[in-house]
Amino acid sequence: MKLPLVAALGLLFATPALADWAQTLAAAKGQTVYFNAWGGDARTNAFIAWVSTQTEAQYGVKVEQVKLTDTAEAVTRVISEKAAGQDSGGSVDLIWINGPNFLAMKEQGLLHGPFVAGLPNAQYLDLGASSAASVDFTVPVEGMESPWRLAKFVFSYDSAKVSEVPDNMAGFVDWAAAHKGRMTHPDPSNFMGATFLKQALIELAPDPSVLQQPVTDAAFAAATGPLWAWYDALRPNLWQGGATFPASGEVQNQMLNDGEVDISMSFDPASTAAAIAEGTLPATARVFVPKAGSIGNISFVAIPYNAAHTAGAEVVANFLLEPATQAHMQNIEVLGSFAVLDAAKLDEAGKAVFAALPKADALPALADLGPVLLEPHASWMTRLVAEWAKRYTK
Amino acid sequence: MSRSRGAVLGIVLLGLIAPIAVGLAETARAAFGVLPALGLWEWSLEPWRMLLAQPGFGTSLRLSLVTGLGSTVISLALAVGFCAAAPGRMRWLAPFLAVPHAAMAVGLAFVLAPSGWIARALAPVMGWVQPPDVASVHDGWGLALMLGLVVKELPFLLLVMASGLSQLPVARQIAVGRAMGYGPGVAWIKLILPQLWPLIRLPVWVVLAYGLSVVDMAIILGPSNPPTLAVAVLRWFNAADVAMILPASVGALLQAGLVVGSILALWGAEGLLRVVGRWWLRRGGRGVSWAPGLHMARLGVWALMGLAAVALASLLVWSLTWRWSYPMLWPEGWSDRIWMSAVWAKALINTLILAGVTVGLSMALAVFWLEAEEGLPRAPWAEALIYLPLLMPQIGFLYGLNVVFLRAGLSGGYLAVIWAQALFVFPYVMIALSEPWRAMDARLLRVGAAVGAGRWQRLIALRLPMLLRPILTAAAIGVAVSVAQYLPTLFLGAGRIATLTTEAVTLSSGSDRRVIGVYASLQAALPFAAYGLAALIPAWWHRNRRDLRGGGV
Amino acid sequence: MSLELIELSVSRGGVALFAPLSLQVAAGDVVTVMGPSGVGKSTLLDGIGGHLAHGFSQAGRVLVQGRDVTALPAEARRIGLMFQDALLFPHLSVGDNLAFGLPAAIKGRAVRRAAVEAALAQAGLEGMYARDPATLSGGQKARAALMRALVADPLALLLDEPFSKLDAGLRSEMRRFLFGHLRARGIATLMVTHDPEDAAEAGGMVVDL
Repeated sequence: MKLPLVAALGLLFATPALADWAQTLAAAKGQTVYFNAWGGDARTNAFIAWVSTQTEAQYGVKVEQVKLTDTAEAVTRVISEKAAGQDSGGSVDLIWINGPNFLAMKEQGLLHGPFVAGLPNAQYLDLGASSAASVDFTVPVEGMESPWRLAKFVFSYDSAKVSEVPDNMAGFVDWAAAHKGRMTHPDPSNFMGATFLKQALIELAPDPSVLQQPVTDAAFAAATGPLWAWYDALRPNLWQGGATFPASGEVQNQMLNDGEVDISMSFDPASTAAAIAEGTLPATARVFVPKAGSIGNISFVAIPYNAAHTAGAEVVANFLLEPATQAHMQNIEVLGSFAVLDAAKLDEAGKAVFAALPKADALPALADLGPVLLEPHASWMTRLVAEWAKRYTK
Repeated sequence: MSRSRGAVLGIVLLGLIAPIAVGLAETARAAFGVLPALGLWEWSLEPWRMLLAQPGFGTSLRLSLVTGLGSTVISLALAVGFCAAAPGRMRWLAPFLAVPHAAMAVGLAFVLAPSGWIARALAPVMGWVQPPDVASVHDGWGLALMLGLVVKELPFLLLVMASGLSQLPVARQIAVGRAMGYGPGVAWIKLILPQLWPLIRLPVWVVLAYGLSVVDMAIILGPSNPPTLAVAVLRWFNAADVAMILPASVGALLQAGLVVGSILALWGAEGLLRVVGRWWLRRGGRGVSWAPGLHMARLGVWALMGLAAVALASLLVWSLTWRWSYPMLWPEGWSDRIWMSAVWAKALINTLILAGVTVGLSMALAVFWLEAEEGLPRAPWAEALIYLPLLMPQIGFLYGLNVVFLRAGLSGGYLAVIWAQALFVFPYVMIALSEPWRAMDARLLRVGAAVGAGRWQRLIALRLPMLLRPILTAAAIGVAVSVAQYLPTLFLGAGRIATLTTEAVTLSSGSDRRVIGVYASLQAALPFAAYGLAALIPAWWHRNRRDLRGGGV
Repeated sequence: MSLELIELSVSRGGVALFAPLSLQVAAGDVVTVMGPSGVGKSTLLDGIGGHLAHGFSQAGRVLVQGRDVTALPAEARRIGLMFQDALLFPHLSVGDNLAFGLPAAIKGRAVRRAAVEAALAQAGLEGMYARDPATLSGGQKARAALMRALVADPLALLLDEPFSKLDAGLRSEMRRFLFGHLRARGIATLMVTHDPEDAAEAGGMVVDL
């Protein structure tokens, strides 16, 4: 009995950070964390429900998922609260966030933190200045949001119906001409549609390095010229003549399942295998990526400045980084999302857990996914979407 | 007496109207550039410039007008034609009225889609190995959206017409008309319609306002590039670029203006039609040639209601599906997995609680309002105020209303959601209850008073039991309205209070039609059950009372 | 038991519907008010009984057994009311219709039930306590309605064309039944009608409005 107590005391007082963490745990006990997360995916919702059972058992922290149709809803909610002068006790405790929404909240001073370095499980992350976990759409994270799952842009198709798929984005023009009306992309006002355009932009821009800087008029004109030429050639052969677009990647997946199109896209390489297991895609569905690689980013969680349950939110953010949690998440039978941990920092036991995860036919190995292309600076996405709307919305 | 009405009026004004006004003011402030949360304090017209610069803004505006006005005019024409050709009870319509718009839209989208049920049925005949590449939903003209709106508004209009007609001596007047050589349909249009119109004017306005500002149905069935104005405004409110709240606020105001303008236009058209109609009436044409047109309207109504029934059936089938791919007419694999998992239980309980409290509150308020009316002049301006929430586009004031509630520290709880839902439930309950209430033979109450029954006793022992059927019908309508509320529940519940409708709409942004099927089926089943009870309870209660068994709708 | 009107008039929008009316009805008498349609006969009864709808205003006084009831609400005036329709409450059984009228001062379930049964028997409605009023014949309905008015123990009764909806054969029978009961109980009754036979049978004073 004595030894664990001494060890616990040692842990408590060994470093100031851990002492703080003990305080955080104490403050978090009994809290309910309102986790504002996009709710369009039943598997993610189920995973978050599982997280709640775990954190409640281990830390006495309950997680309630507030299911969003769009992450910006939560941002708007925090803004409304600020407008009403509600600077504490806010309704949003934790947000699944990245990219432009993160940039908006960070710029408006709507975030709590920095808090990531204070999380015990941050030790498993690569937090080097240029690492994927430290930069979100080229915006420095600066400890204001904590990573939880990896996202990488992939295409999916039904291998029973389509024998050849394009090698690169330029190849889609010929493919669409040969398969008129059999492909489309989500509306660019949805992040999946915007990512399709960004993927093409990175491949087609004369000098992709400018995309890592904030956009300027001149850079935008120079970089997007070839993109629009490509798109003008592609669009007439899109589904319904490129006059209308599915609302989201999920809707397009449903169209793939219905046989209305032959190609869909996702930000989650495991989603195809998961969808087959769920019965929402045919068993012959497979994943492909452009040879030169595809856009990858990390999904984060952030805590609003006025959150009512900051301590509980930190506990949940930390729990999401637990190696066991990450392995559970990467399990194709659970969620299939790739872990964000730095494999080099895991101990042998941790590595073994990941190695033992089950496989699935439609689940690509990390090696098959090609290089990770960096997200352009968030300002490019805004400009790109606006320009697309200006050109193609009548 | 006047004191109790003053109290009810006060509750309505403070509780229902003031929040709308304040919410609208908050939205208007943002529309003119004042948004302290973003550090904007200067009045400016910049938001208006931003709005005009939005690509597709003009198209969005046009789409809203065409779909809103078009669906109203078509529904009205069909409803008039149907009532003229086949007057009668409309109780069979209740299930269609009960289904929330979003559920109906999800079902219709599947039936109409290029890979949908109709296409699958035609596939073997037409040789469609792959679904045809046609825009049968999300079409650029908004036809699918118009169809959806007509399917949903038609039952409502038919029901209010039936309830209006029950107050008119239709059969006798038609008989008089026919004796003078008029065809039955034309006699109906010339004699009955002008008397009916004042009774259905308000519901028609409500339909028009709804069609112009609908969000959930427009997302599921309407065009997307650009969408209708209401959807565009919602997109801007939710854009990643928070500065878009400014043009979104302008759009919200404009949306309100669109509704007011359209209602005024309809009013003007009514005046014009009155003049033309009088000229037509005086000419004395017997209009025998009208019969085929009326017959068409009747067929149209049956066809549309058939489509609605198929759409609802598809929801139920999907909820029990494992896999169901094109071009299979029926699922390849069945599963009750989602039903059994009971993931929907919490949303169902929330929905029940909200419906119970909101409807109870609204019914109490309506009874007090109508009771307070006794012996006092009708106050048309006060009644008009009740219906304001139905005529005001929700998107126009909900953002501002949320800010107001946050300031009062009320947002995010059941209280705020109940309040917001009551805004919309109360007027519908009033629409349903006020006519039967006022139509009750006042002499019955005088007889009660003459044998010594006081006011409360007359209300509780005489009026309420005699009006049991319309009261329960009004409550059932209230349940349907409460269950269907999407934006108020979302905005004022801070998204924390998940109901069947919020879950169904959220899930429809995902891909699993089977889960949506479960939620939409439940969403439809709940009001349906309420209507069922509203029919069965009075039938059982008054099983030995012949005079109370018939009647009502 | 008597009913007295003193300079009673009813006006709408400042226009008087009829000249101020003063009359006395002695206990057991039936006074008839006659006049063409639309002259305000029913409104006069509304004024006496306290049932005036909004928009009407009233001047003068109403006395029941010498007590001024003008300021009292209808339910406190103890003035009964009958129309050409029986107006039995459709949601109550025949017996419960009467029980509704029975004063609350009569206590005890058995006592109240017996009082109602007795009244039903007087009207020739024995054993019809549980009947649906909708299943009664026209004459039975009219007798039940009268009993409902009488069990409330009114001091005066107002009749608004009480026989106009009955067919000719039933009408004279009903007149005898009604007036007989009123005389026997000594209730002061004011009847409006445009049927001279009603007035003749009533046998009281006739006032033209």
